[in-house]
Amino acid sequence: MVRYETWNDKRGAEIIARHAQHAGAALPILHALQETFGYVHADAVKMVAAALNLSRAEVHGIVTFYHDFRSTPPGEHVLKLCRAEACQSMGADALAAHAREKLRVDWHETTTDKRLTLEPVFCLGLCACAPAAMLDSQVFGRLDAKRLETLIDRARQP
Amino acid sequence: MTRPRIFVPRDAAALALGADDVERAIVAALRRRQIDAEIVRTGSRGLFWLEPMIEVAVGGERIAYGPVAADEVEALFDAGFLDGKPHARRRGQPDDIPFLKRQQRFTFVRCGIVDRLSLTDYRAHGGYKGLERAIGMAPAAIVEEVTRSGLRGRGGAGFPTGIKWRTTAQATAPQKYIVCNADEGDSGTFADRMIMEGDPFVLIEGMTVAGIAVGATKGYVYIRSEYPHAIETFGRALAVARAEHYLGPKLAGSAYEFDIEIRVGAGAYVCGEETALLDSLEGKRGMVRAKPPLPAHHGLFGQPTVVNNVISLASVPFILAEGAKAYADVGMGRSRGTIPVQLAGNIKYGGLFEAGFGVTLGALVDDIGGGTASGRPVRAVQVGGPLGAYFPRALFDTPFDYEAFAARDGLIGHGGIVVFDDTVDMAQQARFAMEFCAIESCGKCTPCRIGSTRGVEVVDRIVRNENRAANLALLKELCTTMKLGSLCALGGFAPYPVMSAVTHFPEDFGAQPGLAAAE
Repeated sequence: MVRYETWNDKRGAEIIARHAQHAGAALPILHALQETFGYVHADAVKMVAAALNLSRAEVHGIVTFYHDFRSTPPGEHVLKLCRAEACQSMGADALAAHAREKLRVDWHETTTDKRLTLEPVFCLGLCACAPAAMLDSQVFGRLDAKRLETLIDRARQP
Repeated sequence: MTRPRIFVPRDAAALALGADDVERAIVAALRRRQIDAEIVRTGSRGLFWLEPMIEVAVGGERIAYGPVAADEVEALFDAGFLDGKPHARRRGQPDDIPFLKRQQRFTFVRCGIVDRLSLTDYRAHGGYKGLERAIGMAPAAIVEEVTRSGLRGRGGAGFPTGIKWRTTAQATAPQKYIVCNADEGDSGTFADRMIMEGDPFVLIEGMTVAGIAVGATKGYVYIRSEYPHAIETFGRALAVARAEHYLGPKLAGSAYEFDIEIRVGAGAYVCGEETALLDSLEGKRGMVRAKPPLPAHHGLFGQPTVVNNVISLASVPFILAEGAKAYADVGMGRSRGTIPVQLAGNIKYGGLFEAGFGVTLGALVDDIGGGTASGRPVRAVQVGGPLGAYFPRALFDTPFDYEAFAARDGLIGHGGIVVFDDTVDMAQQARFAMEFCAIESCGKCTPCRIGSTRGVEVVDRIVRNENRAANLALLKELCTTMKLGSLCALGGFAPYPVMSAVTHFPEDFGAQPGLAAAE
């Protein structure tokens, strides 16, 4: 199952037009683009700039300022591991090291089979059931190495 | 026979522990037994070591069972849990559980109890009484009521909410805004999330009252993207409130108009700072603005704007319904009312504990929180998020109060407490504080943008024992520069965790035990 559509500018233009009337529309547009395509394509930066009467540099500045927005396509699934203090107190650093080793990727990288992208996140608000993670939009608490491996294996199954 | 009612939380933390699997197992078990029951999805009571905690209505009471795993549901039915019968997971009436019994819930009074999306439930539990009263008052009297309650901003700064409102109310402009800061980025905090997922109408009501009080007709809630469940639940609650005319023109049968829109953040911690949040709402990079001008005069799109935290706004309905005095009667010193303390990290009984200000840190961590989850000794607690100080056991007599924490070079921030056991390396925690500041800095001011990166390097040199004494002195100087020279709390407060770690845990920075005082 492929979760994201392949970038095409006609579809991109539709999405931009749908949100362009909002006051302060840049973030809603970028979120909608990323939700559809998994990332913000370089051509989209030009199109958003034209739609909002901004310079390309300004839109590029917005895209790169926020940790959420990607400029390259992610894997089919995105695994976010919390790296903040509450999760650290329950062994998140070791868990993250384990995940990176098992997946053979570093932060923001995608596995060679393109199934999983690993991203850090600073707090999911699940601090009383740490360590926590989010796979796509599903949340998990009190993770340990074994449960994390199960999660990863399930996500990487074709 | 009355139709059984089963309450299953849909709070994100309960979901993270399998609440949806439990609900599916309950549905299947009911079908197999051909029992017609109502399943009510609630928020969480905030007892996370018992989540997923399900409840059944028996007679006029509720009986809790937790933590329940999906594969235990069959056994629960066999044991007769629909009638509140005994089982190893039975916890009795929730209000009798010591963790809840010791609380004083004003803001979280409905959270975990009501159907989170039912306005009927909300009103049956005292909801919209505050708005009803506000509609009958002069706007200036509403502001006065909030001022007299002593409510201070629960986001962390602790600025009197009533004064913010008055400043905006007195401004003249074609459009004013209420902006709710739901960018709850501090590790160890989840009170905003719990309210948006468990009792969203209380936030809608609080914002509506704020709108009437200052003359604003439009509200924005800026929710962080890391909270997809809060975004979904709050969005559905807005639709319900609109359909029942609690939002929009002539709301609740009055002459007032107010509506709310959700905006989603994009993973930038600094957008929790109110002026960066406003820039982000305007569709820009989340850069901190210099103050003045204050947002109350020149805020969103240049218009007068109230920016309040979720909990500040969610405290307003109680204050209006019960009166300023009922709120102000609780607390200590200049910290009036209740604070939802969030017990997090390596803690046995983690969760949400709302009580009047004044409970000591030690009581919260040891008595109420039960010490660490790992069973090892508590070594340090960080209070107030990534920019809060690390306190050792020696400071556990500090009462939860804005001024008492400030007097000990700490802050209560948004009320989160993260507990660490004796395996923690405090030099690494100090390093992380600087690293986090470097990752999240908006880059506008030099002390924060560059100081944080240099801070990581200096901590590394101390840990490697390179010119230790000189580098420690440099670190202190750098922290002073960041504290005094940064534009906002990110660079200005990052020195708190760093310096508290150095001061209270010198042995982790290479000092010999007992010699710290001589340095």
